[in-house]
Amino acid sequence: MSDIESRIEEELDRRDSAPGEERITEHELAGGLSGYLLGFGLAILLTIASFLAAQTDLIYQPAVISALVVLAIAQMGVHLVFFLHLTTGPDNTNNVLALAFGVLIVALVVIGSVWIMAHLSVNMAPMSAHQAEMMP
Amino acid sequence: MTDVTAGSAIREPYRPGQSGAHGHGLFSATGHGKGGPASKFVTAAYGFWIFLLSDIIMFSAFFASFAVLSQATAGGPTGKELFEFPRIAAQTGLLLTSSFTGGLATLATHRRSIAATQFWLLVTGLLGAGFLFLEVQEFATMASEQAGPSRSAFLSAFFALVGCHGTHVGLGLLWLGTMMAQLWVKGFRPDLLRRLHCFGLFWHALDIIWIAIFTLVYLLGASP
Repeated sequence: MSDIESRIEEELDRRDSAPGEERITEHELAGGLSGYLLGFGLAILLTIASFLAAQTDLIYQPAVISALVVLAIAQMGVHLVFFLHLTTGPDNTNNVLALAFGVLIVALVVIGSVWIMAHLSVNMAPMSAHQAEMMP
Repeated sequence: MTDVTAGSAIREPYRPGQSGAHGHGLFSATGHGKGGPASKFVTAAYGFWIFLLSDIIMFSAFFASFAVLSQATAGGPTGKELFEFPRIAAQTGLLLTSSFTGGLATLATHRRSIAATQFWLLVTGLLGAGFLFLEVQEFATMASEQAGPSRSAFLSAFFALVGCHGTHVGLGLLWLGTMMAQLWVKGFRPDLLRRLHCFGLFWHALDIIWIAIFTLVYLLGASP
């Protein structure tokens, strides 16, 4: 490889990737068509597992919710890696950090709301029959 | 090394900061202060990525209100009575396959094949339309069974969350049709490649939101 070519490769490596842009070459496992097929297969398996976990009685019932949440997060990961081509490479740092900030806000909104509303619900004074009748 | 990205083959000769010293159609700008600003492909896609993340944050507010109100059925029908597993499985399959064929369309744009791109975009659109049809059918059935959005807080939250996702899919289909028409008339122009890439991001993000909906709303709502 000539000096110029190697320098071009270095430049290519250092450029930031656009979100969803595929920079992996075809001969790698997660690249090109094989990457999409692999992601599609994994997503199908995880979806089937979710539907089975919700309907089967093989799993201890109170654990079903955890199983479903874990399966959903795993499938989101599969989508991010194989369909949106998010990597841990230095060219993807901006995209991953933006996603991490989004996930932080989502977690604050969802967990915070559920937490606060559950407390309010528990601490609410019980309603008398008369009050219940006055409800709109 | 063969670079198969959509952006890499686009020459933007009048972009400031691009030296163009080597005529391989590569970006010379690294986005790290050397050689000028990042290319338009990167900035447009990144801006759209920020929009998608704020869209997901908006969805998280709907998810939070659904989680809070999911038990507030006011004596009306519960999720267990309303949700049909076969329909949800079909919807999930349609949207997941549509996301996959959307990826195949992206691969076809890398090959610069108009026919393959149009074909996979059409398949993506048809699968998305099938998903939307099933959802509208479900909403219509529920409304006819006195389980419309005004019945209980649970149903208000349900229609707001799932309806918001359905609206996104519908708008995505309109966008898809526009893209197909533009591709038909204008071919692979750099601006069109950027829009197609953003559409791909949008479609994959919608499928990620659907994962959360079918897990948290349908499977958890219908399981014992």
